[in-house]
Amino acid sequence: MFTDARLVAAKDLRIELRSRVTASQVVPFAGLVLVLFGFALDANKPTLDLATSGLFWVTVLFVSLMAVQRSTAIETTDGARRALLLAGVEPGAVFLGKATAVAAQLLAVEVVLIGGIVVLYNATIEEPALLIATCVVATIGIASAGTLLGALVAGVRARETVLPILMLPVLAPVLLGATRAFDDALGSVAVNGWSWLAMLIGFTAINIALGVLAYGVLLEET
Amino acid sequence: METYRPGSHRCERLVGDVTPEDRPDVVVGAVAASVPRVSVVRLEAVVALLGRFPALAGVDLDVSAGEVVLIQGPNGAGKSTLLRLCAGLLRPESGHAEVLGLDLATSRAGVRRRVGLLGHDTALYDELSVRENLEFWAAASRVDRSAVDPALDRLGVSRRLHDVAVSKLSAGQRRRVALANVVVRRPELWLLDEPHAGLDQSGRDLVDDLVVDAAQAGATVLMASHELDRTVDLASRTVVVAGGMVVADRVSGSGRAVAGEGESRVH
Repeated sequence: MFTDARLVAAKDLRIELRSRVTASQVVPFAGLVLVLFGFALDANKPTLDLATSGLFWVTVLFVSLMAVQRSTAIETTDGARRALLLAGVEPGAVFLGKATAVAAQLLAVEVVLIGGIVVLYNATIEEPALLIATCVVATIGIASAGTLLGALVAGVRARETVLPILMLPVLAPVLLGATRAFDDALGSVAVNGWSWLAMLIGFTAINIALGVLAYGVLLEET
Repeated sequence: METYRPGSHRCERLVGDVTPEDRPDVVVGAVAASVPRVSVVRLEAVVALLGRFPALAGVDLDVSAGEVVLIQGPNGAGKSTLLRLCAGLLRPESGHAEVLGLDLATSRAGVRRRVGLLGHDTALYDELSVRENLEFWAAASRVDRSAVDPALDRLGVSRRLHDVAVSKLSAGQRRRVALANVVVRRPELWLLDEPHAGLDQSGRDLVDDLVVDAAQAGATVLMASHELDRTVDLASRTVVVAGGMVVADRVSGSGRAVAGEGESRVH
Protein backbone atom coordinates (compact mmCIF):
# COMPACT_ATOMS: atom_id res chain seq x y z
CA MET A 1 0.00 0.00 0.00
CA PHE A 2 2.79 2.44 0.90
CA THR A 3 4.58 1.86 -2.40
CA ASP A 4 1.43 2.86 -4.28
CA ALA A 5 0.86 5.81 -1.92
CA ARG A 6 4.41 7.03 -2.60
CA LEU A 7 3.82 6.64 -6.33
CA VAL A 8 0.61 8.69 -6.24
CA ALA A 9 2.10 11.37 -3.98
CA ALA A 10 5.19 11.72 -6.17
CA LYS A 11 2.98 12.02 -9.25
CA ASP A 12 0.78 14.72 -7.68
CA LEU A 13 3.77 16.69 -6.43
CA ARG A 14 5.49 16.46 -9.80
CA ILE A 15 2.33 17.78 -11.46
CA GLU A 16 2.27 20.59 -8.90
CA LEU A 17 5.91 21.48 -9.51
CA ARG A 18 5.31 21.57 -13.27
CA SER A 19 2.14 23.67 -13.09
CA ARG A 20 3.56 25.96 -10.36
CA VAL A 21 0.01 26.68 -9.15
CA THR A 22 1.06 26.72 -5.48
CA ALA A 23 3.98 29.05 -6.09
CA SER A 24 2.33 31.39 -8.55
CA GLN A 25 -1.28 31.48 -7.31
CA VAL A 26 -1.81 29.89 -3.90
CA VAL A 27 1.06 31.56 -2.04
CA PRO A 28 0.23 35.05 -3.36
CA PHE A 29 -3.43 34.45 -2.48
CA ALA A 30 -2.49 33.44 1.07
CA GLY A 31 -0.24 36.48 1.39
CA LEU A 32 -3.04 38.76 0.18
CA VAL A 33 -5.51 37.35 2.69
CA LEU A 34 -3.00 37.92 5.47
CA VAL A 35 -2.35 41.49 4.34
CA LEU A 36 -6.08 42.26 4.04
CA PHE A 37 -6.76 40.90 7.55
CA GLY A 38 -3.91 43.10 8.71
CA PHE A 39 -5.46 46.18 7.08
CA ALA A 40 -8.84 45.38 8.61
CA LEU A 41 -7.51 45.05 12.17
CA ASP A 42 -4.44 47.28 12.09
CA ALA A 43 -6.26 50.16 13.81
CA ASN A 44 -6.64 47.98 16.90
CA LYS A 45 -3.24 46.38 17.59
CA PRO A 46 -4.29 44.37 20.70
CA THR A 47 -7.14 42.82 18.69
CA LEU A 48 -4.72 41.92 15.90
CA ASP A 49 -2.38 40.29 18.44
CA LEU A 50 -5.23 38.24 19.88
CA ALA A 51 -6.57 37.30 16.45
CA THR A 52 -3.24 36.35 14.80
CA SER A 53 -3.61 32.60 15.40
CA GLY A 54 -7.18 32.53 14.14
CA LEU A 55 -6.33 34.60 11.07
CA PHE A 56 -3.43 32.28 10.29
CA TRP A 57 -5.60 29.16 10.38
CA VAL A 58 -8.53 30.76 8.52
CA THR A 59 -6.05 31.61 5.77
CA VAL A 60 -4.77 28.01 5.81
CA LEU A 61 -8.36 26.74 5.48
CA PHE A 62 -8.95 28.99 2.45
CA VAL A 63 -5.73 27.75 0.90
CA SER A 64 -6.65 24.14 1.65
CA LEU A 65 -9.87 24.58 -0.36
CA MET A 66 -7.80 25.53 -3.39
CA ALA A 67 -5.33 22.69 -2.86
CA VAL A 68 -8.06 20.06 -2.47
CA GLN A 69 -10.04 21.38 -5.47
CA ARG A 70 -6.93 21.05 -7.57
CA SER A 71 -5.99 17.63 -6.21
CA THR A 72 -9.48 16.37 -7.07
CA ALA A 73 -9.41 17.95 -10.53
CA ILE A 74 -6.15 16.16 -11.39
CA GLU A 75 -7.98 12.82 -11.30
CA THR A 76 -11.37 13.87 -12.68
CA THR A 77 -10.36 15.94 -15.70
CA ASP A 78 -9.49 13.13 -18.10
CA GLY A 79 -10.81 9.98 -16.48
CA ALA A 80 -7.73 9.19 -14.41
CA ARG A 81 -9.87 8.08 -11.44
CA ARG A 82 -11.28 5.26 -13.54
CA ALA A 83 -7.79 4.38 -14.77
CA LEU A 84 -6.55 4.15 -11.18
CA LEU A 85 -9.26 1.57 -10.50
CA LEU A 86 -8.32 -0.35 -13.66
CA ALA A 87 -4.65 -0.29 -12.72
CA GLY A 88 -5.53 -2.06 -9.49
CA VAL A 89 -4.07 0.60 -7.19
CA GLU A 90 -5.46 0.14 -3.69
CA PRO A 91 -7.93 2.96 -3.00
CA GLY A 92 -6.43 3.43 0.46
CA ALA A 93 -3.06 4.04 -1.17
CA VAL A 94 -4.57 6.59 -3.55
CA PHE A 95 -6.05 8.38 -0.54
CA LEU A 96 -2.77 8.38 1.39
CA GLY A 97 -0.80 9.53 -1.64
CA LYS A 98 -3.13 12.37 -2.51
CA ALA A 99 -3.47 13.50 1.11
CA THR A 100 0.34 13.48 1.47
CA ALA A 101 0.75 15.66 -1.62
CA VAL A 102 -1.88 18.14 -0.39
CA ALA A 103 -0.26 18.22 3.07
CA ALA A 104 3.18 18.90 1.54
CA GLN A 105 1.79 21.85 -0.42
CA LEU A 106 -0.02 23.24 2.62
CA LEU A 107 3.09 22.95 4.77
CA ALA A 108 5.07 24.91 2.18
CA VAL A 109 2.43 27.65 2.23
CA GLU A 110 2.38 27.66 6.05
CA VAL A 111 6.13 28.31 6.17
CA VAL A 112 5.53 31.46 4.10
CA LEU A 113 2.53 32.41 6.25
CA ILE A 114 4.50 32.06 9.48
CA GLY A 115 7.03 34.47 8.00
CA GLY A 116 4.09 36.70 7.12
CA ILE A 117 2.63 36.88 10.64
CA VAL A 118 6.06 37.52 12.12
CA VAL A 119 6.76 40.37 9.69
CA LEU A 120 3.29 41.86 9.22
CA TYR A 121 1.68 41.20 12.62
CA ASN A 122 4.86 41.37 14.75
CA ALA A 123 4.09 37.92 16.17
CA THR A 124 6.76 36.27 18.35
CA ILE A 125 7.21 32.53 18.50
CA GLU A 126 7.60 31.49 22.13
CA GLU A 127 7.24 27.73 21.75
CA PRO A 128 8.66 26.66 18.37
CA ALA A 129 8.18 22.93 19.06
CA LEU A 130 4.47 23.39 19.75
CA LEU A 131 4.12 25.59 16.68
CA ILE A 132 5.80 23.07 14.39
CA ALA A 133 3.92 20.09 15.87
CA THR A 134 0.59 21.95 15.50
CA CYS A 135 1.33 22.82 11.89
CA VAL A 136 2.25 19.22 11.01
CA VAL A 137 -0.66 17.52 12.80
CA ALA A 138 -3.33 20.06 11.80
CA THR A 139 -2.14 20.06 8.20
CA ILE A 140 -2.31 16.28 7.95
CA GLY A 141 -5.82 16.44 9.43
CA ILE A 142 -6.91 19.10 6.94
CA ALA A 143 -5.37 17.23 4.01
CA SER A 144 -6.99 13.92 5.04
CA ALA A 145 -10.46 15.34 5.57
CA GLY A 146 -10.16 17.46 2.42
CA THR A 147 -9.02 14.58 0.23
CA LEU A 148 -11.88 12.41 1.45
CA LEU A 149 -14.45 15.16 0.86
CA GLY A 150 -12.88 15.91 -2.52
CA ALA A 151 -13.57 12.32 -3.55
CA LEU A 152 -17.11 12.59 -2.17
CA VAL A 153 -17.97 15.56 -4.41
CA ALA A 154 -15.93 14.39 -7.42
CA GLY A 155 -19.03 13.24 -9.27
CA VAL A 156 -21.10 16.29 -8.36
CA ARG A 157 -21.60 18.80 -11.16
CA ALA A 158 -21.13 21.91 -8.99
CA ARG A 159 -18.32 20.46 -6.91
CA GLU A 160 -16.39 23.76 -6.79
CA THR A 161 -19.14 25.29 -4.69
CA VAL A 162 -20.22 22.16 -2.82
CA LEU A 163 -16.73 21.38 -1.52
CA PRO A 164 -16.35 24.52 0.65
CA ILE A 165 -19.84 24.03 2.08
CA LEU A 166 -18.88 20.53 3.19
CA MET A 167 -15.26 21.15 4.08
CA LEU A 168 -15.43 24.22 6.29
CA PRO A 169 -17.82 22.75 8.90
CA VAL A 170 -15.90 19.47 8.97
CA LEU A 171 -12.65 21.36 9.54
CA ALA A 172 -14.10 23.56 12.31
CA PRO A 173 -12.50 21.37 15.04
CA VAL A 174 -9.09 21.85 13.37
CA LEU A 175 -9.59 25.60 13.27
CA LEU A 176 -10.49 25.59 16.95
CA GLY A 177 -7.72 23.24 18.12
CA ALA A 178 -4.96 24.66 15.94
CA THR A 179 -5.86 28.24 16.86
CA ARG A 180 -5.73 27.47 20.59
CA ALA A 181 -2.43 25.60 20.24
CA PHE A 182 -1.01 28.49 18.22
CA ASP A 183 -2.22 30.97 20.85
CA ASP A 184 0.00 29.14 23.32
CA ALA A 185 2.92 28.85 20.88
CA LEU A 186 2.77 32.58 20.12
CA GLY A 187 2.17 33.49 23.76
CA SER A 188 -0.88 35.57 22.92
CA VAL A 189 -3.36 33.74 25.18
CA ALA A 190 -2.66 31.68 28.30
CA VAL A 191 -3.93 28.22 27.32
CA ASN A 192 -2.43 24.74 27.39
CA GLY A 193 -1.59 24.31 23.72
CA TRP A 194 -0.37 20.73 24.13
CA SER A 195 -3.78 19.51 25.24
CA TRP A 196 -5.31 21.12 22.13
CA LEU A 197 -2.62 19.41 20.10
CA ALA A 198 -3.72 16.09 21.57
CA MET A 199 -7.26 16.82 20.35
CA LEU A 200 -5.86 17.57 16.90
CA ILE A 201 -4.00 14.26 16.88
CA GLY A 202 -7.27 12.46 17.61
CA PHE A 203 -9.08 14.32 14.83
CA THR A 204 -6.29 13.58 12.37
CA ALA A 205 -6.12 9.88 13.27
CA ILE A 206 -9.88 9.52 12.78
CA ASN A 207 -9.74 11.22 9.39
CA ILE A 208 -6.83 9.09 8.17
CA ALA A 209 -8.63 5.91 9.24
CA LEU A 210 -11.88 7.08 7.63
CA GLY A 211 -10.07 7.98 4.44
CA VAL A 212 -8.26 4.66 4.09
CA LEU A 213 -11.50 2.76 4.72
CA ALA A 214 -13.98 4.91 2.78
CA TYR A 215 -11.98 6.19 -0.18
CA GLY A 216 -12.48 2.97 -2.13
CA VAL A 217 -16.26 3.22 -1.85
CA LEU A 218 -16.15 6.85 -3.01
CA LEU A 219 -13.83 6.02 -5.89
CA GLU A 220 -16.24 3.32 -7.05
CA GLU A 221 -19.44 5.25 -6.64
CA THR A 222 -18.59 8.75 -7.89
CA MET B 1 -19.31 -25.93 -19.68
CA GLU B 2 -15.82 -24.60 -20.20
CA THR B 3 -14.60 -21.76 -18.06
CA TYR B 4 -11.66 -19.45 -17.87
CA ARG B 5 -9.13 -20.27 -15.16
CA PRO B 6 -8.58 -17.01 -13.25
CA GLY B 7 -4.99 -15.93 -12.97
CA SER B 8 -3.69 -18.33 -15.59
CA HIS B 9 -3.29 -15.42 -18.01
CA ARG B 10 -3.98 -17.66 -20.92
CA CYS B 11 -7.04 -19.39 -22.19
CA GLU B 12 -7.43 -23.00 -21.25
CA ARG B 13 -10.15 -25.50 -21.80
CA LEU B 14 -10.96 -27.01 -18.44
CA VAL B 15 -14.16 -28.98 -18.69
CA GLY B 16 -16.30 -30.38 -21.44
CA ASP B 17 -15.70 -30.84 -25.09
CA VAL B 18 -17.77 -28.32 -27.00
CA THR B 19 -17.16 -28.33 -30.71
CA PRO B 20 -17.83 -25.51 -33.17
CA GLU B 21 -21.01 -27.32 -34.17
CA ASP B 22 -22.37 -26.78 -30.66
CA ARG B 23 -22.49 -23.01 -31.19
CA PRO B 24 -22.58 -22.38 -34.93
CA ASP B 25 -24.09 -18.96 -34.29
CA VAL B 26 -21.00 -17.54 -32.68
CA VAL B 27 -17.99 -19.71 -33.49
CA VAL B 28 -16.32 -18.20 -36.51
CA GLY B 29 -12.98 -17.89 -38.22
CA ALA B 30 -10.25 -20.34 -39.06
CA VAL B 31 -8.72 -20.30 -35.58
CA ALA B 32 -12.06 -20.56 -33.81
CA ALA B 33 -12.86 -23.74 -35.70
CA SER B 34 -9.76 -25.47 -34.37
CA VAL B 35 -9.45 -24.01 -30.86
CA PRO B 36 -11.71 -25.11 -28.01
CA ARG B 37 -14.25 -22.48 -26.99
CA VAL B 38 -13.57 -20.70 -23.71
CA SER B 39 -15.94 -17.99 -22.54
CA VAL B 40 -14.08 -14.77 -21.77
CA VAL B 41 -17.24 -12.69 -21.49
CA ARG B 42 -20.48 -14.29 -20.44
CA LEU B 43 -23.46 -12.04 -19.80
CA GLU B 44 -26.93 -13.37 -19.08
CA ALA B 45 -29.85 -10.93 -18.82
CA VAL B 46 -27.53 -8.29 -17.39
CA VAL B 47 -29.03 -4.98 -16.30
CA ALA B 48 -26.70 -2.10 -15.45
CA LEU B 49 -27.74 1.34 -14.27
CA LEU B 50 -26.20 4.74 -14.92
CA GLY B 51 -27.72 6.61 -12.03
CA ARG B 52 -31.32 5.46 -12.27
CA PHE B 53 -31.26 4.94 -16.01
CA PRO B 54 -30.98 1.33 -17.17
CA ALA B 55 -28.21 1.78 -19.73
CA LEU B 56 -28.10 -1.99 -20.18
CA ALA B 57 -31.54 -3.55 -20.05
CA GLY B 58 -31.02 -7.32 -20.14
CA VAL B 59 -27.93 -8.02 -22.22
CA ASP B 60 -27.06 -11.56 -23.28
CA LEU B 61 -23.60 -12.02 -24.73
CA ASP B 62 -21.07 -14.82 -24.91
CA VAL B 63 -17.60 -14.03 -26.25
CA SER B 64 -14.95 -16.70 -26.64
CA ALA B 65 -11.22 -16.38 -26.18
CA GLY B 66 -9.47 -14.98 -29.24
CA GLU B 67 -12.59 -13.48 -30.79
CA VAL B 68 -12.66 -9.97 -32.19
CA VAL B 69 -16.16 -8.64 -31.67
CA LEU B 70 -17.45 -5.41 -33.14
CA ILE B 71 -20.12 -3.74 -31.04
CA GLN B 72 -22.29 -1.60 -33.21
CA GLY B 73 -25.30 0.56 -32.55
CA PRO B 74 -26.65 4.11 -32.54
CA ASN B 75 -25.53 6.79 -30.11
CA GLY B 76 -26.80 6.07 -26.60
CA ALA B 77 -27.44 2.42 -27.38
CA GLY B 78 -25.29 1.23 -24.48
CA LYS B 79 -22.05 0.30 -26.29
CA SER B 80 -19.73 2.25 -23.98
CA THR B 81 -21.66 1.07 -20.94
CA LEU B 82 -21.26 -2.51 -22.10
CA LEU B 83 -17.49 -2.04 -22.40
CA ARG B 84 -17.32 -0.39 -18.97
CA LEU B 85 -19.28 -3.26 -17.49
CA CYS B 86 -16.87 -5.77 -19.03
CA ALA B 87 -13.96 -3.74 -17.60
CA GLY B 88 -15.38 -4.20 -14.11
CA LEU B 89 -16.17 -0.52 -13.72
CA LEU B 90 -19.91 -1.07 -13.36
CA ARG B 91 -21.76 -3.43 -11.09
CA PRO B 92 -24.48 -5.50 -12.74
CA GLU B 93 -27.78 -4.62 -11.13
CA SER B 94 -29.27 -7.99 -12.03
CA GLY B 95 -28.51 -10.98 -14.21
CA HIS B 96 -25.24 -12.91 -14.30
CA ALA B 97 -22.01 -11.38 -15.58
CA GLU B 98 -18.72 -13.21 -15.82
CA VAL B 99 -15.52 -11.83 -17.34
CA LEU B 100 -12.31 -13.85 -17.58
CA GLY B 101 -13.94 -16.45 -15.39
CA LEU B 102 -14.62 -13.97 -12.57
CA ASP B 103 -18.07 -12.97 -11.37
CA LEU B 104 -18.56 -9.22 -11.83
CA ALA B 105 -20.86 -9.09 -8.82
CA THR B 106 -18.05 -10.13 -6.47
CA SER B 107 -14.66 -9.93 -8.21
CA ARG B 108 -14.54 -6.71 -10.21
CA ALA B 109 -11.10 -5.75 -8.87
CA GLY B 110 -9.66 -9.00 -10.21
CA VAL B 111 -11.17 -8.35 -13.63
CA ARG B 112 -9.85 -4.80 -13.85
CA ARG B 113 -6.23 -5.83 -13.53
CA ARG B 114 -6.50 -8.09 -16.56
CA VAL B 115 -8.36 -5.91 -19.03
CA GLY B 116 -7.26 -2.91 -21.06
CA LEU B 117 -9.86 -0.23 -21.67
CA LEU B 118 -9.52 2.58 -24.16
CA GLY B 119 -12.44 4.87 -23.41
CA HIS B 120 -13.36 8.35 -24.55
CA ASP B 121 -11.02 9.76 -21.89
CA THR B 122 -7.29 9.23 -22.29
CA ALA B 123 -6.42 9.20 -18.54
CA LEU B 124 -3.25 11.21 -19.20
CA TYR B 125 -1.94 13.96 -16.94
CA ASP B 126 -1.37 17.15 -18.93
CA GLU B 127 1.61 18.39 -16.93
CA LEU B 128 3.60 15.16 -17.19
CA SER B 129 5.54 14.07 -20.23
CA VAL B 130 4.41 11.21 -22.43
CA ARG B 131 7.02 8.89 -20.90
CA GLU B 132 6.27 9.99 -17.32
CA ASN B 133 2.58 9.30 -17.86
CA LEU B 134 3.13 5.82 -19.21
CA GLU B 135 5.77 5.00 -16.60
CA PHE B 136 3.35 6.06 -13.87
CA TRP B 137 0.58 3.84 -15.22
CA ALA B 138 3.03 0.97 -15.77
CA ALA B 139 4.21 1.19 -12.16
CA ALA B 140 0.61 1.49 -10.93
CA SER B 141 -0.33 -1.61 -12.96
CA ARG B 142 2.77 -3.55 -11.77
CA VAL B 143 4.14 -3.69 -15.29
CA ASP B 144 7.85 -3.34 -16.09
CA ARG B 145 8.60 0.23 -17.19
CA SER B 146 10.84 -1.09 -19.94
CA ALA B 147 7.63 -1.87 -21.86
CA VAL B 148 6.90 1.83 -22.29
CA ASP B 149 9.28 2.83 -25.10
CA PRO B 150 8.49 -0.17 -27.32
CA ALA B 151 4.76 0.50 -26.88
CA LEU B 152 5.18 4.14 -27.89
CA ASP B 153 7.27 3.06 -30.87
CA ARG B 154 4.57 0.55 -31.79
CA LEU B 155 1.98 3.34 -31.88
CA GLY B 156 4.21 5.54 -33.98
CA VAL B 157 4.80 8.14 -31.26
CA SER B 158 8.11 9.61 -32.33
CA ARG B 159 11.02 9.65 -29.85
CA ARG B 160 11.14 13.43 -29.83
CA LEU B 161 7.67 13.44 -28.25
CA HIS B 162 8.49 11.04 -25.42
CA ASP B 163 9.68 13.83 -23.13
CA VAL B 164 7.12 16.41 -24.23
CA ALA B 165 4.27 17.37 -21.87
CA VAL B 166 0.99 15.71 -22.85
CA SER B 167 -0.70 19.14 -22.87
CA LYS B 168 1.36 19.98 -25.95
CA LEU B 169 0.14 17.00 -27.97
CA SER B 170 -2.59 17.08 -30.58
CA ALA B 171 -5.78 15.09 -29.97
CA GLY B 172 -4.59 12.37 -32.32
CA GLN B 173 -1.21 12.10 -30.62
CA ARG B 174 -2.94 11.89 -27.24
CA ARG B 175 -5.06 9.06 -28.56
CA ARG B 176 -1.98 7.19 -29.73
CA VAL B 177 -0.36 7.59 -26.31
CA ALA B 178 -3.56 6.33 -24.66
CA LEU B 179 -3.48 3.29 -26.94
CA ALA B 180 0.18 2.74 -26.06
CA ASN B 181 -0.92 2.74 -22.43
CA VAL B 182 -3.22 -0.19 -23.19
CA VAL B 183 -0.43 -1.98 -25.07
CA VAL B 184 1.93 -1.63 -22.07
CA ARG B 185 -0.55 -3.54 -19.89
CA ARG B 186 -0.71 -6.49 -22.35
CA PRO B 187 -4.29 -7.23 -21.33
CA GLU B 188 -6.09 -10.50 -21.87
CA LEU B 189 -9.26 -8.65 -22.85
CA TRP B 190 -9.04 -5.46 -24.95
CA LEU B 191 -12.00 -3.12 -24.67
CA LEU B 192 -11.74 -0.41 -27.29
CA ASP B 193 -14.33 2.35 -27.43
CA GLU B 194 -14.13 4.15 -30.78
CA PRO B 195 -10.43 3.33 -31.14
CA HIS B 196 -10.16 5.03 -34.55
CA ALA B 197 -11.67 8.32 -33.36
CA GLY B 198 -9.44 11.34 -33.86
CA LEU B 199 -6.69 9.40 -35.64
CA ASP B 200 -5.23 10.05 -39.07
CA GLN B 201 -5.02 7.35 -41.72
CA SER B 202 -1.74 5.87 -40.45
CA GLY B 203 -3.09 5.88 -36.89
CA ARG B 204 -6.21 4.03 -38.00
CA ASP B 205 -4.09 1.44 -39.76
CA LEU B 206 -2.02 1.05 -36.60
CA VAL B 207 -5.17 0.39 -34.58
CA ASP B 208 -6.18 -2.30 -37.08
CA ASP B 209 -2.74 -3.88 -36.82
CA LEU B 210 -2.90 -3.78 -33.02
CA VAL B 211 -6.23 -5.59 -33.03
CA VAL B 212 -4.85 -8.19 -35.43
CA ASP B 213 -1.75 -8.68 -33.28
CA ALA B 214 -3.74 -8.88 -30.06
CA ALA B 215 -6.07 -11.50 -31.47
CA GLN B 216 -3.21 -13.54 -32.90
CA ALA B 217 -1.49 -13.42 -29.51
CA GLY B 218 -4.59 -15.04 -28.00
CA ALA B 219 -6.25 -11.97 -26.52
CA THR B 220 -9.92 -11.19 -26.96
CA VAL B 221 -11.05 -7.85 -28.38
CA LEU B 222 -14.38 -6.05 -27.92
CA MET B 223 -14.51 -2.92 -29.99
CA ALA B 224 -17.28 -0.33 -30.23
CA SER B 225 -17.05 1.63 -33.43
CA HIS B 226 -18.97 3.57 -36.02
CA GLU B 227 -16.20 2.92 -38.57
CA LEU B 228 -18.05 0.01 -40.08
CA ASP B 229 -16.13 -0.06 -43.34
CA ARG B 230 -12.90 -0.88 -41.49
CA THR B 231 -14.07 -2.81 -38.47
CA VAL B 232 -16.63 -5.16 -39.97
CA ASP B 233 -13.84 -6.67 -42.04
CA LEU B 234 -11.52 -6.78 -39.04
CA ALA B 235 -13.95 -8.46 -36.65
CA SER B 236 -15.06 -12.04 -36.67
CA ARG B 237 -18.45 -11.14 -35.30
CA THR B 238 -20.74 -8.14 -35.06
CA VAL B 239 -23.03 -7.54 -32.12
CA VAL B 240 -25.68 -4.88 -32.58
CA VAL B 241 -26.81 -3.05 -29.45
CA ALA B 242 -29.90 -0.88 -29.28
CA GLY B 243 -31.86 0.37 -26.29
CA GLY B 244 -29.44 -1.34 -23.91
CA MET B 245 -30.00 -4.79 -25.41
CA VAL B 246 -28.28 -7.02 -27.94
CA VAL B 247 -30.62 -7.04 -30.91
CA ALA B 248 -28.44 -8.89 -33.42
CA ASP B 249 -25.39 -11.12 -33.23
CA ARG B 250 -23.90 -12.26 -36.49
CA VAL B 251 -20.74 -13.40 -38.21
CA SER B 252 -19.15 -10.47 -39.94
CA GLY B 253 -16.70 -9.77 -42.76
CA SER B 254 -13.67 -11.98 -43.14
CA GLY B 255 -12.75 -12.02 -39.48
CA ARG B 256 -9.32 -10.92 -40.65
CA ALA B 257 -7.89 -10.56 -37.16
CA VAL B 258 -9.01 -13.97 -36.00
CA ALA B 259 -8.27 -15.74 -39.26
CA GLY B 260 -4.73 -14.43 -39.23
CA GLU B 261 -4.93 -12.58 -42.49
CA GLY B 262 -3.55 -9.37 -41.06
CA GLU B 263 -0.13 -9.80 -42.57
CA SER B 264 -1.48 -9.45 -46.05
CA ARG B 265 -2.79 -5.96 -45.44
CA VAL B 266 -1.13 -3.29 -47.56
CA HIS B 267 -0.85 0.15 -45.92
